Amino acid sequence: MGAGHAHVLYRESASPVHRLPPEVKIAAMVLFTLAVVATPRTAFWAFGGYALLVAGVAGLARVGPGWLLRRAAIELPFVIFAFALPFLGAGERVEVAGLGLSLDGLLGGWNIVAKGTLGVLASLLLAATTTTRDLIVGLDRLRCPQIVTQIATFMLRYLDVLVGEARRMRVARVSRGDDPRFLWQLRGFAAGVGALFLRAYERGERVYLAMLSRGYSGRMPAVWQGAGAATAGQWLVGATVPLVAAGIAATAVALT
Amino acid sequence: MIGYVQNPDPPSLDVRGVRYAYPDGHVALHGVDLTVARGERVALLGPNGAGKTTLVLHLNGILTAAEGSVSVGGLTVNRDRDTLAEIRRRVGIVFQDPDDQLFLPTVAEDVAFGPANLGLRGAELAARVDEALAAVGMGEHRDRAPHHLSFGQRRRVAVATVLAMHPEVLVLDEPSSNLDPAARRELAEILRGLPVTLLMVTHDLPYALELCDRSVILDAGRIVADADTRTLLKNAPLLSAHRLELPYGFTP
Repeated sequence: MGAGHAHVLYRESASPVHRLPPEVKIAAMVLFTLAVVATPRTAFWAFGGYALLVAGVAGLARVGPGWLLRRAAIELPFVIFAFALPFLGAGERVEVAGLGLSLDGLLGGWNIVAKGTLGVLASLLLAATTTTRDLIVGLDRLRCPQIVTQIATFMLRYLDVLVGEARRMRVARVSRGDDPRFLWQLRGFAAGVGALFLRAYERGERVYLAMLSRGYSGRMPAVWQGAGAATAGQWLVGATVPLVAAGIAATAVALT
Repeated sequence: MIGYVQNPDPPSLDVRGVRYAYPDGHVALHGVDLTVARGERVALLGPNGAGKTTLVLHLNGILTAAEGSVSVGGLTVNRDRDTLAEIRRRVGIVFQDPDDQLFLPTVAEDVAFGPANLGLRGAELAARVDEALAAVGMGEHRDRAPHHLSFGQRRRVAVATVLAMHPEVLVLDEPSSNLDPAARRELAEILRGLPVTLLMVTHDLPYALELCDRSVILDAGRIVADADTRTLLKNAPLLSAHRLELPYGFTP
């Protein structure tokens, strides 16, 4: 049951970025991404500027480039299409290393890869400097609908419990000689998933009963929201990144 | 002072003639009578399926009796919202599986859930949380995640979550289940020191003897015995008639 101590993305540290309140970081990340997306794809220098910004924040947060790039690989399935664009695109063609590539396709591919990578890097930096718990607190302070933050809170709490249950069920199954190698031998596994669903459902009912017993009346009480909320100064500090990004985006739009 | 009532306080729990049938028609309680005085510690014994948990859910108004009444410290349970809120403050139920009880990401938030539902905020709320965690010796774990604690620690936090509501009655469902011997003893020490009325549902007869002077046996929806715990546990025919057994080698 004690499994799951490891955070997948969070990196423990006491850097200035870690100390910023979560709502500031979430807002900065979203605004930065919006600025990146709004930038015309031909303003190559602007993307260099954004990359420098990301590198600067990563340096402040003491997150190494190796760590960032390895986890950024998550975007690969999404940008594979972008690599096909230069071959599939129509219109004017250019000769690169003996291959006739579509200029429009090249630019389109670049657009997806550059903006996608910058967005993924910004999100990774947020995840690396903010615990999952703080992310939910931040969303709550940003007036995210309570139903969303509540579901996320429950998920955070019960994910480990469910994974532990699934693991124990698997061990019990395997201990009785279940050794699925082919798809048609998955009956035990499938029944296990069904049983797990039922158990989760029953647990949900018991959790609700226990909540009712402690006076739950349909709304979560706002407990610690007040404590530790961002000050004006922290908002200002956090605003530097999206402001610089917005400046770059505005210049790029004006120049093209 | 002849003619004066010895104990002017209303009893912590006064259950009278409670009958309850589940929607499928199965009758779980056939008229239960039980009175628990203020500050008393009582064990509720009985085999599986005797109706113990059903009775417990009547004590704080989660289930409502078809017949009969339940009063907590003089306040009768009914369906009125404000009454129910006060009843649920007075009766703190610690459920068997701490993972059902602890549903928030940190210990402190979970302990704060109950008192926050009562309307407490800020410093007052924080004081309640600290006080309740200190009472179960879990003060230094307030910011940890429940799933990172040991089972015994989680059960203690579960006790703290209801203590934070300053209950009059603490109801525990199988408090010693799944605990290792040391955690079981530590919990007993904590429970003995709490200034509350205690009702403990259990199969663990030595634990009942250790903590409760009085025990009642519930079987097939009826109270079949109500006596001093030691007397009850010495009555072998009574125990075996209701599927209760002392551990091997144990003589009360």
